[in-house]
Amino acid sequence: MTKQNDAAQSDAAGAANRLVSSRVGLRRMRRQAIGLAALAALATLSLAACGSDPTSATEQPGGAEPGSSANASGLACPAGKLSAEGSSAQNNAITEVIADYNAECGDKATIEYNPTGSGAGIKSFYNSLVDFAGSDSALKTEEKDGVIEADKAKERCQNNPAWNIPMVVGPIAFAYNVDGVDKLVLNAETLAEIFNGTIKTWNDPKIAKLNSGAKLPSANITVFFRSDESGTTENTTKFLSKAGNGAWKDEPAKAWTGTGDGKNKSSGVAEATANTKNSITYIEWSYAKDNTLSMAQLDSGNGPVELTGDSVAKAVDEAKVKGSGNDLNLDLKYSGNKAGAYPALLVTYEIVCSKGLAADKTTIVKDFLTYFSSSDAQQKLPDLGYAPLPSELESKVQAAVAAIQ
Amino acid sequence: MAVTDTNATERVEPEPAAAQDPSVSPVVDHGPVALHSPVPKVTRHAPAPSIDGQVNRAPRGVKLAKISKTGDRVFRALASTSGLTIILLVLFVGIFLLALALPSLRADQDNFLTSRNWTVAGNELRFGIAGLLWTTVLSSILAMAMAVPVAVGVALCLTQYLHMRAAAPISFVVDMLAAVPSIIFGLWGLIVLGPFLAPAGEWLINAIGWIPLFSKSVDPKGSVFVASVVLAIMILPIVMAISRDVFAQTPRDHIEAALALGATRWEVIRTAVLPYGRSGVISASMLGLGRALGETIAVMIILTTPAAGSPFSPSIFAGGETFASKIANNAAEFDSPSKTGAYIAAGLVLFLITFVVNAMARVIAERGAAKS
Repeated sequence: MTKQNDAAQSDAAGAANRLVSSRVGLRRMRRQAIGLAALAALATLSLAACGSDPTSATEQPGGAEPGSSANASGLACPAGKLSAEGSSAQNNAITEVIADYNAECGDKATIEYNPTGSGAGIKSFYNSLVDFAGSDSALKTEEKDGVIEADKAKERCQNNPAWNIPMVVGPIAFAYNVDGVDKLVLNAETLAEIFNGTIKTWNDPKIAKLNSGAKLPSANITVFFRSDESGTTENTTKFLSKAGNGAWKDEPAKAWTGTGDGKNKSSGVAEATANTKNSITYIEWSYAKDNTLSMAQLDSGNGPVELTGDSVAKAVDEAKVKGSGNDLNLDLKYSGNKAGAYPALLVTYEIVCSKGLAADKTTIVKDFLTYFSSSDAQQKLPDLGYAPLPSELESKVQAAVAAIQ
Repeated sequence: MAVTDTNATERVEPEPAAAQDPSVSPVVDHGPVALHSPVPKVTRHAPAPSIDGQVNRAPRGVKLAKISKTGDRVFRALASTSGLTIILLVLFVGIFLLALALPSLRADQDNFLTSRNWTVAGNELRFGIAGLLWTTVLSSILAMAMAVPVAVGVALCLTQYLHMRAAAPISFVVDMLAAVPSIIFGLWGLIVLGPFLAPAGEWLINAIGWIPLFSKSVDPKGSVFVASVVLAIMILPIVMAISRDVFAQTPRDHIEAALALGATRWEVIRTAVLPYGRSGVISASMLGLGRALGETIAVMIILTTPAAGSPFSPSIFAGGETFASKIANNAAEFDSPSKTGAYIAAGLVLFLITFVVNAMARVIAERGAAKS
């Protein structure tokens, strides 16, 4: 009983204390509240000031005639805001080009690119959330999940066709980590068999045949693949299935269907390959270069070819244009290429409305893509791990961009 | 009753003195005890604090301010709105998950609970969560098994062994662990801890590899084991902080009683501190478990994903994917509603598991509270 009483009492005392302290706290809070209110008032004032600034700033110089301030490189440099979304494969390229474009134009336009992935980009494009999309594959013309992408995009462009404009060429490197092997030659068929687990050791006769004289270890091959769904996986498997003489039987897909250990994103695959002996992976060129991984040479029938900007451009040059007119949907040639062509690559398309986008957006899209497809911008791409468009295609792309209305 | 009476009579003795000087008197025992007091009530009330006296002495004509209930009403409304919002929020999350997941679940050709396939692109959906569930639960429980003993040890050390001046900086440091972003833990696990733990893993595989749980698997650096160690470090601060606060509240009486009976420090902890804090430690562990179950980025970076169709390995040295890591890994390519639905269905299962874990924590904590 006493214990309970004591407890009750100490509770009461505690409550009293709390009450007193809360009163003190209240007083303190009130003082703070006044301070806060003053701060808030200040903030709104300054915000209001800020708010009025940019509009007046844009109205004055950019204003009435957006085309008036053409600069030295022939760009119109209109003012405004553009948002785009899609392929993460071209992210490094487009980020750099946006920065260069802004430098040329003195930051008049705001261009945002969100690397959410090709599928997401196309979806946002046909739902009118973004002004153009980047995608590792052209708009699909057959139905998938109840949606025909090309038709949906057409709808968005007010019944004008959407064009696939190839802009960034991303080579796929086959990076390996084998001690004592500085030069490794592989072909699509051997690669397919390594990646599906048919070839298990480095000294397999099929690899040895392509690399006479190389000291290949008897160790098991560790294959690393992308555990996330990715356009790189899709394009690699497309290459393997088209050029592999039937060695790769699965449908090309964003999710890996071969053997191996999955790692997260390109960075994870690169890290794993760099730190695991006797491993091999497929990866974007830029990551292979950044991690100084050894890259296999590809033999597509006319001798081994090293991965360089030129050898990739040569392979893109052999591609046929599938689309009609200015819709430059490419049919890449994966096997039986000319000597000196490296056919393992992916092309990122910018998907734009041929007509029907709001006029102010169209001028920026056109101007930005004009810069993107210019030789100036394209020649800077190899430094970032991409290949430039071959000159013939480059002029076709430029013509297509010019035809956007 | 007899005890109370003697108490009361004993305490009467100082009363007369106190009655003469109210300011000296401490506010001891009003209430029921006073009823038993043989001393007249008036003298019992006289020693009340001086404020009371002043109020009593206040002139009759003074009007007291009206008692305003606006504050009460406003606060009550605010508080109940907050409560309602939370419930609605959880409800809506559940409904959202269910609505998005249902079409895919209907189209699923495999058994959703037992299949290990994950084919969600194309026209035929074949997916199940068995593999995800195993990796998620295994890594979280392993993490808990490692983190909870250490956390309890740290908490006991801070509250029972160390002086306040030494304990404060240490608990500050452990609390700091909670502020490290999980991506940092992930990268550290991948680059530093993975290679560092690889030899230990190989030693274990050689020693007890015949047990399926410890059998050899492909990549020692990206195993569930490494992920669990990182998870353990991540949940350590939560479990430690709550355990510390619970242990610190062990009634002084209990500890002193144990000491008086001749208990050593360890015996005090065993007989007084641990029983008192048990339910708190359990609910802390459950909170930690909840965090481990839902941890995304660190696990995603560390774990090696086995190729589709590879045989199932229950080993802690195998790779795998957890619910959260699988969803995060592929979130960039949710390009069709059926694919999105499949991942959301996995998310729904995680949501339900977390629900169950939290409910368990609640039940255990309440049962513990009732006992003490």
